[in-house]
Amino acid sequence: MDLIWLIPLLPGLGALVNGLVGVRAFGKRTAGLVANAAMAAALALALYAFWQLLSLPADAREHTVRLAAWIPPIPLALGNGAIGGFTVPWGFRLDPLSGLMILVVTLVGFLIHVYSTGYMHGETRGAYARFFAYLNLFAFFMLVLVLGDNFLVMFVGWEGVGLCSYLLIGYYYEKQSASDAGKKAFIVNRIGDWGFIVGIFMVYGTFGTLDFRAVADAAGPMGVEAAGFGTLSIITLLLFIGATGKSAQIPLYVWLPDAMEGPTPVSALIHAATMVTAGVYMVGRNAVLFSHAPMTMEVVAVVGVATAFMAATIGLAQHDIKRVLAYSTVSQLGFMFIAMGVGAFAAGAFHLMTHAFFKALLFLCSGSVIHAMAGEQDMRRMGGLKPHLPITYATMLVGTLAIAGIPPLSGFFSKDEILYRAFLDHKVIWGVAVATALMTAFYMYRLMSLTFFGAYRGPAWEAHGGRADHGHAASGGGHGHGGGGWRGPHESPRSMTVPLQLLAVGAVLAGFVGVPAALGGGNAIEHFLEPSFVARTAAPPGATAPATHEARGLGEAAHAAESKGGEGTGHAAHLSRSAELGLMALSVLAGIVGIAAAYRIFVRAPEIAETLARRWSGAHRVLSNKYYVDELYGATVVAGTMGAARGLWAFDRSVVDGAVNGSGWLTVSSAWVSHALDKYIVDGLVNLVGAVLEAGSFVVRRVQTGLVQNYALVMLFGVFAFVSVYLFVR
Amino acid sequence: MITATHYLLLSVGLFSLGVIGVLTRRNIIIILMSIELMLNAVNINLVAFSHELQNVVGQAFAVFVIVIAAAEAAVGLGIILAFYRNKETVNIDEMNLLRW
Amino acid sequence: MAEAAAFYILAALILGFGVLVVTAKSAVHSVLFLVADFLCVAALYVTLQAEFLAVIQVMVYAGGIVVLYLFVVMLVNLKRPPDAQRDPRRLGRLGAVLAVAVMVELAAILAVGWSRPEGEAGALGPSNVAQVGRALYTDYLIPFELASILLLVAMIGAILLARREM
Repeated sequence: MDLIWLIPLLPGLGALVNGLVGVRAFGKRTAGLVANAAMAAALALALYAFWQLLSLPADAREHTVRLAAWIPPIPLALGNGAIGGFTVPWGFRLDPLSGLMILVVTLVGFLIHVYSTGYMHGETRGAYARFFAYLNLFAFFMLVLVLGDNFLVMFVGWEGVGLCSYLLIGYYYEKQSASDAGKKAFIVNRIGDWGFIVGIFMVYGTFGTLDFRAVADAAGPMGVEAAGFGTLSIITLLLFIGATGKSAQIPLYVWLPDAMEGPTPVSALIHAATMVTAGVYMVGRNAVLFSHAPMTMEVVAVVGVATAFMAATIGLAQHDIKRVLAYSTVSQLGFMFIAMGVGAFAAGAFHLMTHAFFKALLFLCSGSVIHAMAGEQDMRRMGGLKPHLPITYATMLVGTLAIAGIPPLSGFFSKDEILYRAFLDHKVIWGVAVATALMTAFYMYRLMSLTFFGAYRGPAWEAHGGRADHGHAASGGGHGHGGGGWRGPHESPRSMTVPLQLLAVGAVLAGFVGVPAALGGGNAIEHFLEPSFVARTAAPPGATAPATHEARGLGEAAHAAESKGGEGTGHAAHLSRSAELGLMALSVLAGIVGIAAAYRIFVRAPEIAETLARRWSGAHRVLSNKYYVDELYGATVVAGTMGAARGLWAFDRSVVDGAVNGSGWLTVSSAWVSHALDKYIVDGLVNLVGAVLEAGSFVVRRVQTGLVQNYALVMLFGVFAFVSVYLFVR
Repeated sequence: MITATHYLLLSVGLFSLGVIGVLTRRNIIIILMSIELMLNAVNINLVAFSHELQNVVGQAFAVFVIVIAAAEAAVGLGIILAFYRNKETVNIDEMNLLRW
Repeated sequence: MAEAAAFYILAALILGFGVLVVTAKSAVHSVLFLVADFLCVAALYVTLQAEFLAVIQVMVYAGGIVVLYLFVVMLVNLKRPPDAQRDPRRLGRLGAVLAVAVMVELAAILAVGWSRPEGEAGALGPSNVAQVGRALYTDYLIPFELASILLLVAMIGAILLARREM
């Protein structure tokens, strides 16, 4: 476990090798091999570290490795240590939460690396190596983010993944829309990062340290800010702003759908499975802080549910297969924030993990579809692909069922846990969330229907080859997507289908680590993650709940305090088992209804969709235009910024430049005056002295005749004078 | 009776002769010889007082003066030789490079 | 009386030869007059009970230094008379006048009378050489050695100055 710092470093080395050497020198095989080997090694190390973590007793599952001082103490300390004491180590901490995260990141990351070797093989050699360098770099930063033991190391990873996201979205930088999307992602993330970094400042200002464990332990005994809006509330709100930027929540979600301009494996890895969950992870990492700020929790939950609902509605009306998945991601992230907001940190992290599996799976499947359709992303031009892509179809169905929450797939367990906890917290949130779940099932099955069922609507291909779908694997990279010689939809090569199958297995099985008690499970993941979300310090006497809380009690701690902390654990009481099962059935029902409706509308009677769209044309237009949010932002923020920039430019040109030029003119004229003074007065004085001396020397130098005897004569004058004095004065 | 005053008057006369020689002659060798005359005048002075005071120290100093005179003559004549080799002259009026 | 006669004769000779040394047209003549002058001074030393110094005067001055002068005068074989070029700014006459004035003043001082300086009254014994030698090698040993070093330096300097350039 002392080697956990190697886990991020290995992909970092891979990125270094590929980025510095590979781009110029490596063939595709070598570049892919380097990147995959780095990820495989990281995965192996992560598994080993996780196994070691599991072998520890539950309350000691925390291991910190401090590599070196990053910011050493400044020697010029003030007397009270107010300034010089600021130190930051390169510290990495393995605890249940980060252990889970490194497993997800390395496992999903590795599978996507493997997938990418197949998906990207149509690229040129340098671009191929560049892609893998970026992917490795991303893995490096993501692992730094989740392993960092303090805010600043996390922030390094945070910014690093943002950079990699930008690089990978804009991977096809020749494409205007891709580079625009990259810039959009970067700028929107900056807004969130502002909140994050100001939050970090406040954390340091409040606690005097940036170490997560120390902050949590210091915050543990503090009072819950139930009544007012205190320091912790402000800190957590700022941190949450950072999380909304990274995890694409309202109002900063707009970048994520555009991020689909990047290659599909990137969308799968970064914009679905890992990076966008960084915000969720960060909130979970600071669970102690958040649970002391119930008002912020309220905000988190509301933002989460609003995002989930809104993104789901938009997802209903999108035609681009990847955009549907992107809005689905935003929606699922909203679910995670609901979990965080209602205090179910473990449930949020659990959903994070299952989502990583099934959403990566769905994205990779969509990539496989796009690959098969030679770059076509519009679902209206697909359909009937099921016989052409049997493996993709099967795995994508698994993913769809998982996200729809059909038991016993992984999505069911995690989503149901969140819904249950939301129900305990607030019925309205629960209601909207269930509606969202229904819509999720609907639009996902709509996607399935439009893609795999019905009649083929895509472009015709030269029929002479017949079903040439396996020719791709045989030709071994003979054509890229969009290239000539497309011979119809075909199944993807092994390097792509094998990861799909593995992820499908993961999507099926990942949920079983968190089978709830109501179904006879032990909810192992909650017990496992719990130590990451609590302070080790005891709560003060005033806070009642933690004393009796059990595994899922911490959220209740906040809410108990929220309800004036009066009756201790009363509010956190569990529903009866039957009620819990009823809720479960309800959420399953929502999934089934959604699927059934989609099946009815899009498979059985496609004309219904047309009718509906026509009847609700206004709503449909609003949805397919994504609520005009981009236009709104364009009209307000972007236009405002541009206007302000233009104004500032004008100000700059007239006033600032004027001032600069004025001062320049002033300098020139004063220099001229100074020059004149210098020339006529200072130089004049100097020259005067020189002239006087010269003239004087003209007179005096005549004494220096060079005649030795005249000099001796002067001596004799001296003798004469002395003798005269002696003679006449004595 | 010959007193010390007589010797001193002789010394003054000889010294003044040397001074006149130094200041008026242009041949630098003769100037050096005039300096020897002046040194001799000093020696006469010293010996006269030695005699007057019946003290041998004056004679000892006269020995030192002779030493100085010998050294001065050696170095001075060496300089004159070197100068003559360069300038083909011993005229002190032509030795006036050290001027404006 | 013999003493006074010797003094006046010697003084006249010394001053006379001195005038000749300063005024002689030829440098060779000047050197020869200088030798005569030194010999007279040596004789004067004898009258003053300074026999050792008289011998030194003859040997070093008349025998050494003046021969050196003679050599140089011979070496400096002048193609043109040394006085040919005369700088008009040289104040030779003023110098002579001033020298005479100083002489008159000093003589006046002597004539007015001078107080005999206090000093250890010793005795110049018959063994003048022994006395001078003792003084030089006891009380004045360090000046004596310094004088020898000075002579050595002067010798080296003279050799360096006089040797032909390589």
